[in-house]
Amino acid sequence: MSAPEHLHTCPLSIHDMTVAYQRRPVIWDIDYDAPAGQLIAIVGPNGAGKSTLVKAVLDLVPKVSGEVTVFGKPYKTQCDRVSYVPQRSSVDWDFPVSALDVAAMGLYRKIGWFGRVTRQYREEAMSALERVGMQDYANRQISQLSGGQQQRVFLARALAQDADLYLMDEPFAGVDATTERTIVDILQSLRDAGRTALVVHHDLQTAPEYFDQVVLLNMRLVASGPMKDVFTPENLRRTFGGKLPLLDQVGNRMAGGNS
Amino acid sequence: MSRDLSRWTVLLGMGVLGLFFLTSAAHADTSESSSNTFTRVLFLQDYTTRNVLIGTTLLGMSGGVVGVFMLLRKRSLIADVVGHSALPGIVLAFLLTQVFQPGSGRNVPLLMLGAALAGLLGALFVVLIEGNSRIKADAAMAIVLSTFYGIGSALLTVTQRMPEQAVAGLKNYLNGQPAAMDRSDVYLIAVSSAILFGLTLLLFKELTLLCFDSEFAAADGWPVFRLDILLTGLVVGITILGMQSVGLLLVVAVLVIPAASARFWTNRIRLMTFLSAALGGLAAAVGTALSATFPHIAAGAVIVLAGTALFLVSLIFGRERGILWSWLEARRLQAKVGQHDLLRAAYESIEAQKNATESRTVNESDLLNTIVSIKELTDARSWSEARVRQLLQRAVQHQLLEPAGYGWHLTPEGADRARRAVRNHRLWELYLITFADVAPSHVDRAADRIEHILEADVIRKLEARLAAQQTAAMWQSPHD
Repeated sequence: MSAPEHLHTCPLSIHDMTVAYQRRPVIWDIDYDAPAGQLIAIVGPNGAGKSTLVKAVLDLVPKVSGEVTVFGKPYKTQCDRVSYVPQRSSVDWDFPVSALDVAAMGLYRKIGWFGRVTRQYREEAMSALERVGMQDYANRQISQLSGGQQQRVFLARALAQDADLYLMDEPFAGVDATTERTIVDILQSLRDAGRTALVVHHDLQTAPEYFDQVVLLNMRLVASGPMKDVFTPENLRRTFGGKLPLLDQVGNRMAGGNS
Repeated sequence: MSRDLSRWTVLLGMGVLGLFFLTSAAHADTSESSSNTFTRVLFLQDYTTRNVLIGTTLLGMSGGVVGVFMLLRKRSLIADVVGHSALPGIVLAFLLTQVFQPGSGRNVPLLMLGAALAGLLGALFVVLIEGNSRIKADAAMAIVLSTFYGIGSALLTVTQRMPEQAVAGLKNYLNGQPAAMDRSDVYLIAVSSAILFGLTLLLFKELTLLCFDSEFAAADGWPVFRLDILLTGLVVGITILGMQSVGLLLVVAVLVIPAASARFWTNRIRLMTFLSAALGGLAAAVGTALSATFPHIAAGAVIVLAGTALFLVSLIFGRERGILWSWLEARRLQAKVGQHDLLRAAYESIEAQKNATESRTVNESDLLNTIVSIKELTDARSWSEARVRQLLQRAVQHQLLEPAGYGWHLTPEGADRARRAVRNHRLWELYLITFADVAPSHVDRAADRIEHILEADVIRKLEARLAAQQTAAMWQSPHD
């Protein structure tokens, strides 16, 4: 990739970003511009730094070097246009709140400091739950939901934020078929509304089906761009190395023109 | 494993409480005035006691509210760090007043300021050690706690050589001495409690978000680090307010025990906060009243133990997660599972006797008239004969089976339930085989457990999905 011109309209521009944990670099020199209005998969092996990339963009982990802009400005000033869906396992689900309470958390910025979650906001949270098919479980305590249902509650919270850029960390991990379908539908409706989504995705089989673009990551950026140009056996081999027995199978599928 | 642990905790707690009440009772026998004192305390006749009671109750309530977030942030022990770290602050503040104004005695607000600064410093060190080294939170807390407390103890021995009367009072801050509180102390506690209480309620939404998902909160633009500092500040506030009544060493209990107790009763954070405040206030009031009645027992300890008593009650009887309810729930499920399994075994035994096939399923008269022996039931699964007899006895009580000849036969009610149990079971088995990659030979045991939990609408969905491909075969066990 040649050094890109970072555009103001670009939902997410990452310039020369390096992130390290305890002095050991996790991702190096990432240079990437996300195209607007696309569904983008972030794909790579375990330990490739996929979650780290997302967290560094959101200032959740410190960057050693580099610069990130969201719609042309630093992230700190753009929080309200960005929505983050963390990994489901990152929170303790045995927490004394209901599904509706969690969905309403997506509205807290809008409600502001010291404000109360009034009926109007509860209704807004409820309609977010409806979009993910969880309205019947609104008053359930969150530990009583299945893994897929919990993931949908997280998605409802993100929808309530009504952002322009969505960053999701492994939303498809360990979910049931209904939830997987719901997430795909939601992603497509976001794209139809002109929003952009970057999604950490672990399943190579479904990646070409669900996403328009792909970022192949293995500590460094291997390749990025439209799925049909970039998601090739050659690039996948460069990303996964010898680590993946599934690789040849996927490669064959791609070579056969089957996506 | 954890079940056993909780049982031992209960036993241990009961033992401690028993001992506590025994000594109190023994004490009550020897002290003639204690019952007199108790009624005076109870009816708030005594002016000093009333003051103290109001002060500690308010402390207990605000401790309960702040403690909810401490507990949910999983930082309960930071309160212990703050409590222990406060000691050197108190002693230093005292020494400084002696240097600049010799003989002026104890200046309580100044001592509190010293305690607050040292407590905050301790909490700050924990964060610094945790963030800048590979040492984990528990070790960081242990290091800071013992270091600060060590410094405090060393300084305290220095003050012991000082002639002033006031020195004697310093040690009271370790274990608490509510009787020493005067009216201005109670005013201070009342005002500060109201502030802590109000701040927590005002920031209820923000603190909830911080405790549930701090990464999301940070990404959403909330100042997570400052909110954490504020929460620590609230804990420091409770600590210095509690140092006179329960003492620095036990103040952690005022924060953690009511919140942990409240969690057993509810799954809703608002109700939990309310209950925690109520339990904290109640424990402090009861503890203060008891300690006024039995002045020979350390007052702070009595307040904490009163909280422990409420905790034990919650642990056992708590509606949402108390041991008793979970145990009853488990028993009910066990009985239900046992009954279904028995009926299914009876049904399958009848099928075997009648040589039922795909085209010819067992009919109503087969079900009602075929006699099933105990041997057939025992052979059907890995049951002991005693277990089968126990299940049979209960089934007869519920009029699902009737003794007949050398065995039992199903009643109309029993036949109906047996048919339903078998149907659900086979639907589920078929579902697992069709939709999940489960080896058919492994299906049975998993299905045994899940069919009792399936909801009616799930069963309807299964039927609809499977009816198309499996019609008559639904009645046949798929792995025969």
